[in-house]
Amino acid sequence: MAAECGLKARLRIHRGTPGTAGRFEVHEVPFEPGQTVLDALRWIRIHRDPSLAIRFSCINANACKECMINVDGRTVYACMTRLTESETTLEPLPNKTLIRDLVTEIAPPDERLRVTGSFGEPTEE
Amino acid sequence: MQTDVLVIGAGAAGMYAAIGAARAGARVVLADRSLIGRGGATVMAQMTVAAALGEETPDHWEYHVADTLKAGRGLCEPALSQLLCEDAPECIREMDNWGVGWARDEKHIRQVQAPGHDRPRCVYVDFVNTGPAVSKTLRAQLNRIPEVRRVGDVLVTDLAIHDGVCVGAHAVHVISGEVLTLNAKATILATGGLTRLYARNSASINMGGDGYALALRAGADLVDMEFVQFFPIGHLAPRLVGMDPIMWDPFRYKLGGKLLNAELQEFLNEDGRYVSVRDHATHAILEEVAAGRGTPHGGAWLSFRHCSEAELRSAFGPIIDRLAANGIDLTRQAIEVAPIAHYHMGGIRVDTDMQTGVPHLFAAGEAVGGANGANRLSGNAITEAFTFGRRAGLRAAALAAKTAMPLIGQETDRGRSDFPLSRINAAAEIARLQQVMNEHVGPLRASGGLGRALEHITDLAEECEQLPAPRAGLDPEWLDLHDLRNLRLVAECIAQAALAREESRGAHQRQDFPETSERWQRHQRIRLGGGGVRLES
Repeated sequence: MAAECGLKARLRIHRGTPGTAGRFEVHEVPFEPGQTVLDALRWIRIHRDPSLAIRFSCINANACKECMINVDGRTVYACMTRLTESETTLEPLPNKTLIRDLVTEIAPPDERLRVTGSFGEPTEE
Repeated sequence: MQTDVLVIGAGAAGMYAAIGAARAGARVVLADRSLIGRGGATVMAQMTVAAALGEETPDHWEYHVADTLKAGRGLCEPALSQLLCEDAPECIREMDNWGVGWARDEKHIRQVQAPGHDRPRCVYVDFVNTGPAVSKTLRAQLNRIPEVRRVGDVLVTDLAIHDGVCVGAHAVHVISGEVLTLNAKATILATGGLTRLYARNSASINMGGDGYALALRAGADLVDMEFVQFFPIGHLAPRLVGMDPIMWDPFRYKLGGKLLNAELQEFLNEDGRYVSVRDHATHAILEEVAAGRGTPHGGAWLSFRHCSEAELRSAFGPIIDRLAANGIDLTRQAIEVAPIAHYHMGGIRVDTDMQTGVPHLFAAGEAVGGANGANRLSGNAITEAFTFGRRAGLRAAALAAKTAMPLIGQETDRGRSDFPLSRINAAAEIARLQQVMNEHVGPLRASGGLGRALEHITDLAEECEQLPAPRAGLDPEWLDLHDLRNLRLVAECIAQAALAREESRGAHQRQDFPETSERWQRHQRIRLGGGGVRLES
C-alpha cells in the first residue's frame, strides 16, 4: 500500500463508555498535508477499527457543528482541525456527558428523549 | 409514544411540515436521527432559493414552471412542478417575515439569475449562508410551538404498517439503544436524499436514502430512481476545509467566472457568464477529462482571476478570509472543480397532497420524486422542501383529525437480540459501495458497468439484510450496518432503473445509448415484490 509508506500522523484516542475505565489507543494513519483530524478518524474506522465512535454529520462543511471534541486540550471541530505529523491526543469534551469514545451529549436538553424511558404521552391510550 | 402526526427528518421539509401540521391543529412529533435542523441537507445549502417574487423584474410562477419543465427534459410530473412554483412566493415571504434575512437592496429582496432561469428569480442569504439561516429560522419558529415535540437521535428503522395502513414507525434511540414505537395517525417522510451513495458527494452522512428504503419496505412506489443529479462544479482541489464543496455556485452567480480546460479554453461557450444548466455542464466537464484535457486532479479549472481583491471582498466579505486560511487567493490562482453527487430527482411517488401509495403515509422535500424530472433547475431544492413540507403538514393534519389513534405492536423484525452482528466491516463496505456507484452508476453509464455494479450490490445483500439489536452509546458498527442495508437497497433501485432506461436524458447519460428517445419519455416505477426490487414502466 503506497499510502502506508508516506507521511504518518500519530493519534492517541480516548476509548470507552460511561461507567468503564477509559483508555487511550494509539493509531498511525497515512496523511497528506491539508487533511483533517476527522479525515483520520474516518480512515481508522474504514481501515483499522469500525468500533471507534465519532459523531459528525456534514463531514467537511462546518455546518452541522456535531464533531466538537478536545484536541490536545483545546475544544475544536474535528472537521476543521488539520492533522500534523506529531502525536495528537483526542478526547471527548470534558464538560459534557460521555456517550462513547469521543462522543458526548451535545443535543439541546429540550430535544432529547429521556434516556430512562418514554416521554410525553403514555404509550397506551 | 403517540401523536397525531409523526414527521421523520428535521431538515427544511420536515420542519416546515411540522409547523404546517401544528398550525392545522395537530400534535406533532418531529424526529431526526441526528440533531434537529442540523444533520440534513438544508443546513449545508450554500446556494439560492428560486421563487417568482417579481422583486427584481416582473415575474409569474408560470414562467418558473416553464423553466422547471424545460430543465426536466420532458420528465417532470407537471402537477408537482406547478405546486412547487405556485406556492414558492408565499413560503419565501413567510420566511422573510420570520426574519431569515434574504439579501436585499435598498428597496427590495435581491434576486439573481441562476442557470436555466429566464430572469433573476433566486434569493439567498449573505455570505454563503442560505442553508444555516433557513435552518435557524425554522428552528426558532418550532421552538414557539408547544404542539411540536422535537426529538433528536431517534432513528426510524421501519414504518409500522397495519392492514396496509401506515400507523407510525419503529425506531431506535441511538444514545440509549432503547427500541421505540412511535404511534401516529399520519406519518410524513422528510428524510432527504441519497447522495451519500457516491464516493464524491456533497452529502451529509444522513443522506443515505433512508426514506426511500423505508417507503419501499412499507409497500410504496418509487419513481425516476435513475436520475441522480451531479453538481458540475463541486470543489476538487486544493484541499479546502470548513466549506461545502458546492460553494462555487454563489461565486459564479455573483462574479461570473471562467470554466476552463487544461488548455485554458472555455469549453462551454459561456464567455464568462454562469448560464449552463447542470446536466450539460457535468457532461461537458467529463468529456474534457476523457479527451485528456482535464486538470491535474481530473476536473476543470474555475478562474476568478479577472476579479480584483476589492470586488471579491465586496461580494463575499469574510469568505475571502476563510479561503486565505486554506491558502487560496482567487486573484492569483484558479481552483479545480469537478462533478459531485448533489441531489436526487427521483424518489417516493406522491400525489399533489403529498400522499404516497400507502394510506396515511406522506412524503415531502427531496424524498419526493417527480417535480424536477430528469434534471433539477438550480434553486428548486429548498423551494421544494418549503412548499412540499408545508403541503404535507397541512394534509397530514387534516387526515389525522378524522382518524382514531391506531395501536401498533412491537412485533416487526427490526432488531433481534439473538442475531449476531455481521462479521463484515460495514464502514469499509459502505466505502466500497460508494466507489462502485461513482465508477459505474455516476453521470456516465453503460450496460457493462451497470451490470458489474448490480453484481456487487446483489452480493452484498446477504451480509446486511438482518439487523441485530442495537447497543447503547451511538453504536457505530450497528449504525453502519443499518446504513449499509438501506444504501444497498437504494443502490439496487438506481442501478436497475439505469440499466433498463436505454436512452440518454438529463442526468442519465448512457454511453451505449447516447440519443434521447421519445419512446422513453415516461417514468419507471419501482416497488418491492416477489422477493426483490421490481421495475415497472
